[in-house]
Amino acid sequence: MSIGPLREEDLHAYADCELDSARAAAIEDVLTRDSTAASLVDNLRAQKAMLHAAYDGILNEPVPHRLARRVHAKSGSWQYAAIVASLVIGTGIGWMLRDARDEQQRVVLPRHAAAAHAVFTPEVRHAVEVKAAEEAHLVRWLSKRLGARVRVPQLNALGYELLGGRLVPEAGRPGAQFMYQDSAGRRITLYLSTDVTNRDTAFRYTRENGLHVFYWIDRELGYALSGDIDKAEILRVARAVYEQLNP
Amino acid sequence: MSRFADLVHGHLPHLRRYARALTGDVARADDLVQDTLERAWIKFHLWQPMLALRPWLFAIMHNLFVNQIRANARREHMPIGEDQSANLAVRPNQSDLLEVNDLIACLALLPFEQREVLLLVSLEDMSYSEVSEILGIPVGTVTSRLARARTRLRALLDGEGEKGSLKVIK
Repeated sequence: MSIGPLREEDLHAYADCELDSARAAAIEDVLTRDSTAASLVDNLRAQKAMLHAAYDGILNEPVPHRLARRVHAKSGSWQYAAIVASLVIGTGIGWMLRDARDEQQRVVLPRHAAAAHAVFTPEVRHAVEVKAAEEAHLVRWLSKRLGARVRVPQLNALGYELLGGRLVPEAGRPGAQFMYQDSAGRRITLYLSTDVTNRDTAFRYTRENGLHVFYWIDRELGYALSGDIDKAEILRVARAVYEQLNP
Repeated sequence: MSRFADLVHGHLPHLRRYARALTGDVARADDLVQDTLERAWIKFHLWQPMLALRPWLFAIMHNLFVNQIRANARREHMPIGEDQSANLAVRPNQSDLLEVNDLIACLALLPFEQREVLLLVSLEDMSYSEVSEILGIPVGTVTSRLARARTRLRALLDGEGEKGSLKVIK
C-alpha cells in the first residue's frame, strides 16, 4: 500500500497509536526499509518510556494531607474542605471541619441581600443612588468605600440592563447593590458584601421571602444575586455574573 | 457533593503527575492541583461539564497554569525546583537518578506550550483530539508542536544546543 511521501508527523502519529490499522501497517512496512525512520520511532518510544519511568511513581503516592490542610486553612469552606478531605482520607471526617462562623455567614449574606432587594426594587424614581450613565464613577466610589475591587457585570446580552447601584449598610460595614432590569421591567439585584472573614468559593442557593438567591464568596467579597423571576433564570444570570468576575 | 468527589477521585493521581512534570516543582504542582480542584468544584456546581470529565479537568488546570505563566511573564522558563538544582551538573548515564534529573532539567528548558503537548501525549497518553480540546488549539497545531517538542527534548538530552545553566560533565 502506498502512503505517499512520508512525513515526520506520520511517524509520531504511528508511535502514538493515532493511525488506523491500514495506515499503521503501511508505516510498519516503511520502517523495515528505512532505518532513519525506524530509529526515530524507537527514539519516540524511548522518550515516552523515560517520562513514564520518571513520573509514574507519583500515581502510587498517597495524596498529601497538605492538600486538605491548605484547603481548610485557606478557604474556610467546610463544604469544600469536606470534599477534599473525603478525596484524601475517606468520607465521613469532613463534618469535623465544619465551621460555625462560616455557617452563620452563609445564612446572613442571602438574608441581607434579599432584604435590600425587597426594599429598593419597588422604588421607581430612587431605585438606585448612582445611575448606570455614571458607571465609571459608581465603580470608583464603591471600590473606595468597600475597600475592594468592585466590578459591575454587564448583563445586556442576557436581556438585563444596568440601572445603577447604591451603597448599603451591611452588618456595620459598607456593602453595595447593583440593580438590573429586563424589557418587561422585572428587576434583579446583585449584592456585594465585605463582611466575609474567610475566602469561601462555594456556590449556593436559597429562598428568602419568596426570592431566589444564588450566592457565593470570592476572595474579599461576598456576592448574592436575588430576584423573583424563576429559579432557572436567576441561575442563568448568576452563571454569567460568576463567569464575568472569574474569566 | 459526594458525586463530585466520586467522579474526580480517580483523576487525582493523574492530575498530580501531570502537574509535577509540568511545573517541575512538588509544592507548585500540588498548589496547581488544589486550585484546579477548587475551580472545578465551583464550575461543577454551576453547570455540568460539557466535555468528558478528564479533558475538562485538564483544561481547567491548563487555564490556571497559563494564567500563572502570564502573571509572571518575565520568566521564560519555569524555575528548576530546589531539589533538582543540586544536581544541575550531571554526569550522563551515571545512574537512573541522574538520568531522571537530566530529563527534568531538560523538560524545564522547553517552552511551556511544547511541554504541555508533549506531556499530555507522551505521559498522559491522550489522543491528539483530546489534547486539542484541552488546550483549545487545532489538531494540526498539536501535531506540529508535538514534533517540535520531541525534537528539542531529544537534542537537549543528547547534550546538543544550549542547556542554559545545565552543565554536562564529561
